[in-house]
Amino acid sequence: MSVLDSKIPKGPLKDKWTTYKDKINLVNPANKRNIDVIVVGTGLAGGSAAATLAELGYRVKAFCYQDSPRRAHSIAAQGGINAAKNYQGDGDSTYRLFYDTVKGGDYRSREANVYRLAEVSTNIIDQCVAQGVPFARDYGGLLDNRSFGGVLVSRTFYAKGQTGQQLLLGAYSAMNRQIARGKIEMFNRHEMLDVVKVNGKARGIIARNLVTGEIERHSAHAVVIASGGYGNVYFLSTNAMGSNATAAWKIHKKGAFFANPCYTQIHPTCIPRSGDYQSKLTLMSESLRNDGRIWVPKNMEDVLAIREGKLKPTQLSEDQRDYYLERRYPAFGNLVPRDVASRAAKERCDAGYGVNATGEAVYLDFKAAIERYGLEQAKIHGIQDASKEKITALGEAVVEEKYGNLFQMYEKIVDENPYKTPMMIYPATHYTMGGVWVDYNLMTTVEGLYCIGEANFSDHGANRLGASALMQGLADGYFVLPYTIGDYLSHEIRTGKIPTDTPEFDQAEKEVTERINFFVNNKGTHSVDYFHKRLGKVMWDKCGMSRNAEGLKEAMAEIKAIREEFYKEVKVPGSANEMNPELEKAGRVADFLELGELFAKDALMREESCGGHFREESVEIDGEQKGEAKRNDKDYAFVAAWEYKGEPSEAVLHKEQLEFKDIELKQRSYK
Amino acid sequence: MNLTLKIWRQKGPQDKGKMVEYKVTDISEHMSFLEMMDVLNEQLTNKGGEPVAFDHDCREGICGMCSMYINGEAHGPDRGVTTCQLHMRMFKDGDTITIEPFRAKAFPVIKDLVVDRSSFDRIQQAGGFISVNTSGNTQDANAIPIDKHAADEAMDAATCIGCGACVASCKNSSAMLFVGAKVSQYALLPQGQIEATDRVKNMVAQMDLEGFGNCTNTGACEVECPKGISLENIARMNREFFSASIKG
Repeated sequence: MSVLDSKIPKGPLKDKWTTYKDKINLVNPANKRNIDVIVVGTGLAGGSAAATLAELGYRVKAFCYQDSPRRAHSIAAQGGINAAKNYQGDGDSTYRLFYDTVKGGDYRSREANVYRLAEVSTNIIDQCVAQGVPFARDYGGLLDNRSFGGVLVSRTFYAKGQTGQQLLLGAYSAMNRQIARGKIEMFNRHEMLDVVKVNGKARGIIARNLVTGEIERHSAHAVVIASGGYGNVYFLSTNAMGSNATAAWKIHKKGAFFANPCYTQIHPTCIPRSGDYQSKLTLMSESLRNDGRIWVPKNMEDVLAIREGKLKPTQLSEDQRDYYLERRYPAFGNLVPRDVASRAAKERCDAGYGVNATGEAVYLDFKAAIERYGLEQAKIHGIQDASKEKITALGEAVVEEKYGNLFQMYEKIVDENPYKTPMMIYPATHYTMGGVWVDYNLMTTVEGLYCIGEANFSDHGANRLGASALMQGLADGYFVLPYTIGDYLSHEIRTGKIPTDTPEFDQAEKEVTERINFFVNNKGTHSVDYFHKRLGKVMWDKCGMSRNAEGLKEAMAEIKAIREEFYKEVKVPGSANEMNPELEKAGRVADFLELGELFAKDALMREESCGGHFREESVEIDGEQKGEAKRNDKDYAFVAAWEYKGEPSEAVLHKEQLEFKDIELKQRSYK
Repeated sequence: MNLTLKIWRQKGPQDKGKMVEYKVTDISEHMSFLEMMDVLNEQLTNKGGEPVAFDHDCREGICGMCSMYINGEAHGPDRGVTTCQLHMRMFKDGDTITIEPFRAKAFPVIKDLVVDRSSFDRIQQAGGFISVNTSGNTQDANAIPIDKHAADEAMDAATCIGCGACVASCKNSSAMLFVGAKVSQYALLPQGQIEATDRVKNMVAQMDLEGFGNCTNTGACEVECPKGISLENIARMNREFFSASIKG
């Protein structure tokens, strides 16, 4: 008997959420005023949750490590947000969004959660427009859509290449309204360093004021973790420098199970790395694959000539190019899901066809799109016999309108003009589908402790489709958690204020203080980054785009060794009672050094390929799908939820069997 | 390349602070400015010194966390970029680079190059929102068509990242480009009309209360803004403010 109860409501899939909402317990407005909720993280999930809970009347305390809630890394999401509005009349529906998401996730997500996500997706767009989010519109004044990978409809709403920014500023504005009313107490430049449990329930957190170094106690009737993903376990990723797993990992150590850590998304279109000094990788939105064609040269001599700088990619004729995604996946072409596109790029580069000095880059080419748009514009403007230059200029203007800021960003980093020469791209760690295990209510295995957004595991299975992260973050924060947490809090109306002068808070604060004192007093020889880079290399080489049993076993041993050395040799300058960025990093890397080992353990256990998790031992041997990932539904159609037992290697596996009642399990085919 | 850095060091808000000189060697022209700062900090840590504190996060020019006043310009010599997107190819071997925090009365220094920009948050809290609760019952997103040009212009104003370069570049330390951008975004959209009068008055009042200066139309803010926010937004805010004042 599993200890996991997913609490999925009974009844037909389509009615579950509505019936659930009709039957939950509510809290009356007078009682809400006496109930405290802590929200950690102010991205799309945390920001929207904090604002909505405060609108409902709860007393909210929100925490972020940045200097303002507006800077959470949701802001960097570029391409868009999905919603089953069917404004294009192209056959979209709630069911189809649900289906695409489950299929895209390679049948490793929970049906009921995904259906609810698809169901509330349309409310999100309505809500954001009402908040003044300036989505892109067409000339009739209605909302515009674009397509993303892994789907056959246009359901992605966008605000140029800054959709995440605009949605986050929307949530931030909703928070500001509540901060001004005193309903949200905002703690900028604060980092949660532990959760406090009283009688098995989450009752507060210990946080460090990052300006003064002061350790603070904060109590509440429920705690919500919305601290994002753990992509920085790879050191290099598209995450922000400060993005970390500390809040999620600390609650794991206090009893919250951690699910599917090996499900990590390596995004296909990022700017390739250029040297060892590099601190982070930059994503180029997936929306670029709407119009860009991905290729490498067909012939090895052209590859070598390009690398030596003797040949320019623009000099290669069409038949000298290998548009490998269009070749391998004619149905979806350049718009295959991210995991498929990333592995295909790796396959070409491993075979020696990479086009930059490191051999790790492929081209993303807009020439065809510029021509196509140019001809279209010439027609619209009634220009007869337009010259080639004129067509190019007209086409470039359309591409600039659609992706201008991305092209500018590329040019600033790489120092090449992507309108004139194809972009170079390579996959990079981007998003983590795995995370803290939650039930249908988004509650973890600790009572009163919730986890939302990227930090939880729930909706994307083994691979996330583009433009679905923003959707999930806002769905959790605006439309799901406010209901589910109310049901829990309805039992808390008689509890009264939670005191912080109790042994539980004393103990948690003592542990936090000891950890901090250890770091500042450890007179080691190497900086925090030195260890973080070593961890990142092991993760990328052995737990990256393809994995095998031998490599994963080595990874577990190596990560453990790095961790032990870290505790002996890490050097943290400065003191605990001041702003100390190195101290902050030390705590975060210490947690990554544990999480990384569990990641490898999870990947080793899962002897199948699914979504972002590709095991070299599990591929199709022959037939049309030869060489593609091979899933094993008989043995692995479960969520792997790990229970902390001291060392990551000793974590205990709990399985939540996934049931598919409304979708038939099939091999994903994008051919 | 090899560089000499003159960096503002200040232990805390009460400390007097001073410029300190450092040398860095073997800097690649492909590095970003902040990666060059990482090299310096690694060097300082290994030698037993204290690394230079600076704000940074996304390192792709969108979060608005990074600041720095480099050789007398907010976000350094390049145009249309934040410090994290500034590349070392903009400098020459042997250069001396002066690095200071953003300076303004309303942005007090916390440590070294880190300043407190919470005054920006408080201005937004004064009125930078549309009062709509989350309910799932708001009208359909396509119920009100919005002129594409107005929507695009609102978007251009809304791309402000709140970094504070406009304030740091202004001889009066004025925040009018920042405030004007937010006021404009809502002024251009039908959703923003209902509260327009109160919004502009409250935001301007808070801006004055925080100690930001006034605008004298120099335009340095527009030049230094990493997102190219136009000066027109200040004009639009002035119009909004004027008509709000007449309405009373």
